[in-house]
Amino acid sequence: MIDSTKRIHRTTVGFALLASAALMLTGCSVTGAGTSTSNYEGDGTGTINALFMKQAGYSESDVAAMIKGFEAKNPKITVKPTFVAYEALHDKIVTSAPAGTYDVVHLDVIWPADFASKGIITDVTKRFPDSWKTDMLGGALTSAEYKGKYYGVPWGPSTKLFFFNKDMVAAVGASPSDLTTWNGVLTVAKKIKDAGIVKYPLAWSWSQSEALVCDYAQLLGAFGGQFTDASGKLVINKGAGVEALAWMKKTIDDGLTDPASVTFLEDDADKSMAAGKTAMELNWESTFRDQNDPSISKIVGQAAVMPTPAGPSGDHPGVNGSMALSIGAKSTHQLAAWKFIEYMTSQSVQEEFVKSSMTNWKSSYTKTDVTVSNPDVFKAAGVAYDTMVLRPQVPNYNSVSQTLQVEIQNALLGKKTPQQAMDDAVATANANLG
Amino acid sequence: MSVASVKTVEKSEMHPAQSGKPAGPRKREKQGRLAFWLLLPAGLAVFGVIIYPIFRTLIISFFQVNSALATDTPFVGVDNYVHVLGSASFWESMGRTLYFTLLSTALELAFGLIVAGLLNAKLRARWLFRAVVVIPWAIPTIVNAAMWKGIFSAQYGALNALLTQLGIIKEYQAWLGDPTTALNMVVLADVWKTTPLVAFFLLAGLTSIPAELYEAAKLDRARWPRIFRSVVLPMLVPSISIVLVLRTVEAFKVFDIIYAMTRGGPVNGTQTVAYYAYTTAFSDQNFGVGSALSYIIVVVILALSAIYLRLLRRSEMSLL
Repeated sequence: MIDSTKRIHRTTVGFALLASAALMLTGCSVTGAGTSTSNYEGDGTGTINALFMKQAGYSESDVAAMIKGFEAKNPKITVKPTFVAYEALHDKIVTSAPAGTYDVVHLDVIWPADFASKGIITDVTKRFPDSWKTDMLGGALTSAEYKGKYYGVPWGPSTKLFFFNKDMVAAVGASPSDLTTWNGVLTVAKKIKDAGIVKYPLAWSWSQSEALVCDYAQLLGAFGGQFTDASGKLVINKGAGVEALAWMKKTIDDGLTDPASVTFLEDDADKSMAAGKTAMELNWESTFRDQNDPSISKIVGQAAVMPTPAGPSGDHPGVNGSMALSIGAKSTHQLAAWKFIEYMTSQSVQEEFVKSSMTNWKSSYTKTDVTVSNPDVFKAAGVAYDTMVLRPQVPNYNSVSQTLQVEIQNALLGKKTPQQAMDDAVATANANLG
Repeated sequence: MSVASVKTVEKSEMHPAQSGKPAGPRKREKQGRLAFWLLLPAGLAVFGVIIYPIFRTLIISFFQVNSALATDTPFVGVDNYVHVLGSASFWESMGRTLYFTLLSTALELAFGLIVAGLLNAKLRARWLFRAVVVIPWAIPTIVNAAMWKGIFSAQYGALNALLTQLGIIKEYQAWLGDPTTALNMVVLADVWKTTPLVAFFLLAGLTSIPAELYEAAKLDRARWPRIFRSVVLPMLVPSISIVLVLRTVEAFKVFDIIYAMTRGGPVNGTQTVAYYAYTTAFSDQNFGVGSALSYIIVVVILALSAIYLRLLRRSEMSLL
């Protein structure tokens, strides 16, 4: 009896200790995030951890070379980079935020609203020189801006360009001028298919991922549509929104698009074209570099690039896929992190690695010594950056995007009509917009 | 080995003359203190990585938490649980998870039994077969997923090449391009990886069946199907029960193979409940609802395990 009383007492004390320890560890906050105004600035020295995307744009070796250059100029700062696939980047930033693991994080254009409104990245408006606002491309600046404040520095504007195999196109008697409209693209694609050059002339990144929304955005723009109206509500269940999706579905039904596209990311579409199995695709700027790399491509010298074709509206805007570098809110080396970001986004560094990613700086586009290093992409990108389609800039974009991905795929797989899919997407997404 | 047995061993080794003599209260206290300090690191680790997160997740499930760094987190009571249980996405993912769990566990059990039978046969170089069979289980899940993703590739996959060359299909298929097919393909990848584990559990059971039972059955002129039904299967019940509980729980929590092979697509066709909880918590940053989802998963797993154990306990041969 006495023993069991003792045991109960011990258990109660154990639970009480457990509860107190948990509350102490949480700092009496459910998330553990305090409201303290600790000094996170640091003294501008030490080791900083940086999180990058490994996919399109700057390669790991590019970033390693940049870091080497930075450390040579700033011997008291050491940079430790970590690379993750784009698909894992958002969640990695979120999960590492409470611990402040990363001082610098790589940001996509669709995330400033999400991360800034939730306090995950730092407001750097005071550090951001006014001259940058005019010296940098407008489309690139949106990748770090939310509600008039800057939460990072653009690190390369980006959009999807149109890549094609010029030998395959020439083999059916067509020329690049036949590919300036999406109708023209389909005509040439049919000729390539009929000639038996490839079974499916078109490949897209239409797996259930952000890549699908990027392709849809680009076609939505070509059909003269926009994601949202003036009130910020999604309106893609009307006119161009449905027409663009119906067009995508028709390319599958006509046997012009590889049906495996619904499992592809950008890298898969790129590999398919580099293997000579695809004649045409939409992809990011660095694709041109990959298709001319003999170690991974069978079509070296055959790839050509041009701005995205125009739709029925005559418009040919590219999707805004610009990226930025931001400082993690819990970083305790914010001064050193800023120095690193300043270096990485500087005009000279961006111009040096222009084959991998375009530069934010307007004046770079008129420097012949810069444009000559990647003339095809510069020519195509210059036109594409004039007008770019933005995906909805809302705090819960991820949830909205997931809804769009599922409903667009429902239409592509024939499980819903394009109209039904877009109606359902708009109903669910608008309810989640907040 | 329990702490008590450790104490006995220590006693008999250090003081053989005194073994059997009860230790005094001071000595017991001293040993208790030593045990406490020895167990403290393990206790801290368990607290840090299991108990504390479980407790914290429970707390979060009663609050509205929309950011990993949120400071304004209103208490919402059981609203998050109500939201989850009223969500069509939750029930859809639950249905897919149930399908995945039942199909993969059933296939693993069936194939595991066949493999165990083969491995139990008196063959030359049996050790080699046993070593080879364990390889799929030894491969990390992420590697396994990447390998199967390659096998199922619509452009260069080995499965397409095999089936077209055998004349079974005329053209390459996008095996991961249709929601139902994709889920079945993920099941196949999981079955390939986990069957060896099941087989080894069952092999342990098979080797413990006394040879006399087989001999007696043969003397009674029983044929192999009858021997299997009346001798092997009842004797394997303890092993099967362990495997069923383990695999059901594991399959219900399936996440990594989905993440690496399909990321829940196409059209959420492979989104299991654990993956749904992950996207809710980390992609949507809806940590309150994500935590509630996690607890619902735990409750379902506990319920499933309890049902299994109850059913299997009825058998006299069950160890559980």
